[in-house]
Amino acid sequence: MWIVILPILASALRLATPLIFSALGGTFSERSGVVNIALEGIMVMGAFFSILFADLTGNPWIGVLAAIAAGMLTALLLGVVSIHLQGNQVVMGTAINILAIGLTSYLLQIIYKRFGQTDAISNALTGNPEILSFLENIPVVGKLFFAGLTPFVYLAFFAVGLSYYVLFKTPFGLRVRAVGEHPKAADTVGINVYKIRYICVLISGALAGIAGASLTVGYTAIFREHMVSGKGFIALAAMVFGKWHPVGALFACLFFGLADALSIQGSMLGIKIPTEFMHMLPYVATILALIGVVGKATAPAADGEPYEKGEN
Amino acid sequence: MRSDIKRVAVQLWLTLRFPLVSIVAGLLVGAILILIAGKSPIIAYTALFQGSFGGVDKIGETLFKMTPILLTGLSFSIAFRTGLFNIGGEGQFLAGAITAIITGWFFQDLPHLILILIMLISAIIAGGAWASIAGILKAKMGIHEVITTIMLNYTALYLVNYIVRAVMNPQILMGTKAEAHTVSLPDVARLTKLKDVFEIFGRSSVHTGIFIAIGCALFMYFILFKTTVGYELRAGGLSPDAAEYGGIKKSKNIIMAMGISGGLAGLAGAVNVMGITYYVAQSSTTPGYGFDGIAVGLVGGLHPIGNIASSFLFGILSNGARRMQLEGIPKEVIAIIQGVIIVFIASQYIIKIVYKKKKEKEIKREKLRAEQGNEGEVQ
Repeated sequence: MWIVILPILASALRLATPLIFSALGGTFSERSGVVNIALEGIMVMGAFFSILFADLTGNPWIGVLAAIAAGMLTALLLGVVSIHLQGNQVVMGTAINILAIGLTSYLLQIIYKRFGQTDAISNALTGNPEILSFLENIPVVGKLFFAGLTPFVYLAFFAVGLSYYVLFKTPFGLRVRAVGEHPKAADTVGINVYKIRYICVLISGALAGIAGASLTVGYTAIFREHMVSGKGFIALAAMVFGKWHPVGALFACLFFGLADALSIQGSMLGIKIPTEFMHMLPYVATILALIGVVGKATAPAADGEPYEKGEN
Repeated sequence: MRSDIKRVAVQLWLTLRFPLVSIVAGLLVGAILILIAGKSPIIAYTALFQGSFGGVDKIGETLFKMTPILLTGLSFSIAFRTGLFNIGGEGQFLAGAITAIITGWFFQDLPHLILILIMLISAIIAGGAWASIAGILKAKMGIHEVITTIMLNYTALYLVNYIVRAVMNPQILMGTKAEAHTVSLPDVARLTKLKDVFEIFGRSSVHTGIFIAIGCALFMYFILFKTTVGYELRAGGLSPDAAEYGGIKKSKNIIMAMGISGGLAGLAGAVNVMGITYYVAQSSTTPGYGFDGIAVGLVGGLHPIGNIASSFLFGILSNGARRMQLEGIPKEVIAIIQGVIIVFIASQYIIKIVYKKKKEKEIKREKLRAEQGNEGEVQ
């Protein structure tokens, strides 16, 4: 039995990892009041640029840094239009999603001179990290479970803890939440609403960028067109399902990751639910969460509303 | 008389300047990317326009590309005008498409015109119903429609995949081998291709769906601007609270707008299936026509007639993309051009808003000055 279950759990963790990073990104952005449906597009950018730079430099970690930079730059576009110019955040998010897919496919053809996918990189971070290699020596669990985890899995859990600490235990986090709930009040007590929102959108871009890298450098070792296909939106769902809270988002992502793993390998456990319904689960569960069937999820009060400075 | 012409021209310029600037910006960015690819933008754009205009058959193909996105553009526009952001066009499109397959297959013994009508209407109802889930949740519980419609897109995608595999598959209905798509619509359930009637359309795929789409645009114009219902919808979009004060029910408005919007997207799905693909295939991604509709709607100024123009433009772009690809230019340049156009459109709304706010501030300041002046006099 464990021979089947442990690898499925490891697979669930691997599948949940990109969702965790991206959902944390969404949480930062929306906690400060900026709706980020561009998570999908930012993940596409992160996925492509991490492979490109890992390929160029031969170092996968430089690929990850490139993904962070690409993610932050893309998020900056969203930030400028939706914070300074008070544009429609959803329109801008849609534009970024279209642009990201177009731009990466274009660069794929220009740089790699081929369609569909890049070459595989040889030094992807897909295995158990070396410093933790002792974990593989643990009987049963070692080979079946820990050997299947990537560095990104550990980083994701670390990012959840850090995000929780920053958002709920630091003065900065308090400011972020104030800006997202009541920007005018925050402005009145001297908090720079624009600055907080810019920082949060950039953090969101960095995290969604890492999410993209975890899909490529940390999983497939190549960039394929359409490989993100909706994962950014599942992350958005996880953020809502997790009630805009880092730990909630973590559990939502683990739940969605497990559903995904079971849809791939569930037949081994004798699960007869059609895979389509397993894929549907995150989205339906999120709608139910919004309705209040599984604990009511409520967005930050000023989420999605542009704020104009100096208005009293 | 002369001043009349001038007035109309000025009005036209004021309406068109934002979309035009955006399109030019998009084409400029596109030109840069073509240069980077080591090709000539002039050759590329000539290919693009020749591919879309060089002959009746080419124009026919452009009209074909324009058909579904005109409908999804209208779908987005009508919701946006009512103050709703329907990003669920993808799911509603799929709901309409699969419904057309189901009704088309099971009622295929009916006469052609009646069958077509039943298919179209059932698809409108299906798309409308799918969107109404988001509409009702918004109206009754205040749940934001952006999140629900995104969730409904993917729910629809996998539900349709399931129907394709386990319900409408040729294996199940005809006993042949399993396919990754549904049964094909019989001839009686298909829209007529114009080339079958007029030889001049050559090998283009334009079908009678284009008349349905343009008819819908005119009908929506009529509804929005010439009826009480349309007035109420628009009033709800401009200021929901004021509209409510004026006796317009906010929740009824929201549900109705989402229903109409979803119906149009569902119709787009049906027209696409009945006009060209004839079956629905399993897919890992949503079809994209719903997202294109957002671009079409925004560039078309959210106006039904503007949507005809903007969908024609996007038809030109996507039709010409193939021709550009033959010239060795990545067809993704077109997607980037579209994206840039939306970015600029989004930014132009801002210019409008900022301009309006500035004016409001000036008025406020003047009022303040007047009040202070009065106080001074009292002292």
